[in-house]
Amino acid sequence: MSETTKTPEPVLQVKDLNVKFSLRGRVLHAIRGVTMDIYRGESLAIVGESGSGKSVLTKTFMGLLDQNGWVDSGSIVFEGEDLTTFNTEKDWLRIRGRKIAMVLQDPMTSLNPLKTIGKQIGEALMLHQGLKGEEADKRIQEVLLDVGIDEPARRMKQYPHQFSGGMRQRVVIAIAIACQSQILICDEPTTALDVTIQAQILQLIRNLIHKYDLTAVYITHDLGVVANIADRIAVMYAGDIVEIGTCEEIFYDPRHPYTWALLSSLPQLGRKGEALYAIKGTPPNLFNEVVGDAFAPRNPHALNIDFRERPPYFDVSPTHKVRSWLEDPRAPKVEPPEILKRIREQGGSLYEHC
Amino acid sequence: MSTAKQPIIQVKDLHIAFGERRRRFEAVRGVTFDIYKGETFGLVGESGSGKTSIGRAMIRVYSISGGEVIYDGQRISGKIDPELDRRVTREIQMIFQDPMASLNERAKVDYIVAEGLYSTEKGLSREERTRRVHGALMDVGLLPEFASRFPHEFSGGQRQRIGIARALVMDPKFIIADEPISALDVSIRAQVLNLMSTLQKERGLTYMFISHDLSVMRFICDRIAVIHRGVLVELGNTEQLFRLPLHPYTQALLSAVPMPNPTYEKKKQPIAYDESVHDYSVDKPVWQEIEPGHFVLANQQERDRYMERLAACAIPERV
Repeated sequence: MSETTKTPEPVLQVKDLNVKFSLRGRVLHAIRGVTMDIYRGESLAIVGESGSGKSVLTKTFMGLLDQNGWVDSGSIVFEGEDLTTFNTEKDWLRIRGRKIAMVLQDPMTSLNPLKTIGKQIGEALMLHQGLKGEEADKRIQEVLLDVGIDEPARRMKQYPHQFSGGMRQRVVIAIAIACQSQILICDEPTTALDVTIQAQILQLIRNLIHKYDLTAVYITHDLGVVANIADRIAVMYAGDIVEIGTCEEIFYDPRHPYTWALLSSLPQLGRKGEALYAIKGTPPNLFNEVVGDAFAPRNPHALNIDFRERPPYFDVSPTHKVRSWLEDPRAPKVEPPEILKRIREQGGSLYEHC
Repeated sequence: MSTAKQPIIQVKDLHIAFGERRRRFEAVRGVTFDIYKGETFGLVGESGSGKTSIGRAMIRVYSISGGEVIYDGQRISGKIDPELDRRVTREIQMIFQDPMASLNERAKVDYIVAEGLYSTEKGLSREERTRRVHGALMDVGLLPEFASRFPHEFSGGQRQRIGIARALVMDPKFIIADEPISALDVSIRAQVLNLMSTLQKERGLTYMFISHDLSVMRFICDRIAVIHRGVLVELGNTEQLFRLPLHPYTQALLSAVPMPNPTYEKKKQPIAYDESVHDYSVDKPVWQEIEPGHFVLANQQERDRYMERLAACAIPERV
């Protein structure tokens, strides 16, 4: 919410959250002490590589952790309740879909191929709002129009296979907004889609956020996508948020070496003939205890202390926090990579208009 | 670029149709292009545009309904003699999109990589085969001992390396890469792309990249062809295309690429491509060269307009 100056009101507060999974007799520490607030009406993007824990984190908001996973410690406060204390499906049904809804990556698999899309939206309306018959039909057609599907009366009688990938993703979004949830979690909503469709879906989500006064959480591995939609960005690495700030702060003034690496590897910044920047090595194995800064072994700027002690959060600005020893006043001055200057230089398009 | 460019593969008026009679659907309608030795050629389009069908027809997986494909001067589409077939099988290889789906889960890496050798080089001794598998694995930055493992033991980036190794083991001349990195994380994409470009330099490989993502194509391709609904709409050097995209569809594709710059990105309105901007009722469009090496599908009236834009944006010849 870059333009508003009033103090943001947190709608969901995560405090020192630890999530673990048990796999073949070993324990995997997937979320390692995440603390963050999600503010009402904002769009927050959570960015990280596969395995960084970004999906696991949001699954804990809806009680959708796999059977072998559990919240080890910490709290998630939503509307005065601690979600980590929920232990029955009945508890979760008050939240899931009704208050917090989710749009998944692959629209081909998240819809039921045997039911018309009208039925699938109707199910959600019935379950959460008790709408039936004509009333429900009217509402279904409204939401279909909202997500940009024309001729809703005809389309609602069709099956998912009669829709293209982009249209199916619109249907999934329609289901999510039909029940007027407050928080919409979008897990890689556009990775399975073409670039042109991706642009349309992002635009659609942005419009709906305004119209329905939603709070949105995007999960993605591609920083290129979030410049468009995010008010704030949280960068996750190895189960921890290593940097969080406004969209502008993360793109124009990134501080954590991992954020630098992620930005540097964007192909949009590459030039022909140069090798594209690649992050060396692999993320740490979370079956083992992580000592110090988890990114240190892959970090060309790592300090000695990075290998011994986990850095605390340093405040760069009231909205910008980073977990890196480089921000410590005693640390040597390290300049961000040269290539990041291109973010400002490149302008708004891959091609120059004549 | 030198003037003596030699085409390694030529696609001439290619048509690909699926289905029979009334349900017949033409996925590709009259596509023509050449790919020169040693270059990286990009084929860009959305899903359903026919780009993958073209790739599959070139490697003889799909049969074609019209036109021809010429490899190194010889026709390889339709019926060809077994000797040529064997050569094409060896020299043209493919790398697939999803390394999670394209590797046989039940086979060890050893067999996955060697599979092509079993069918094209039957006389090979076991030692020789192992030597070549190990060589290919090392070429893609994996260890020879990985040969005895199963695909599930590897990460996405490593799996894609295995996919590249199984193409390399055949000692190919021409590689078709169908969305080789779109299933990978951004940080791993760079590793795979850099590997492919190193291999190209070392072995003089020719690549055809099939993708919908122009941000990646921009910096790996020498030339790019844009396909829309089974028809090429524009083809040019990467620099030409990005400096001055002429066809409205190319412009729409370019404008849709998200840029990592919030100030611009938040104000951006993507251009949507609407086919009705073309009035082709009388004046029919023709595939034509509008500046050297830059082709576009346009009718007479559009051609004039494009020429004007080219003239207005002319930059002095590079020295």
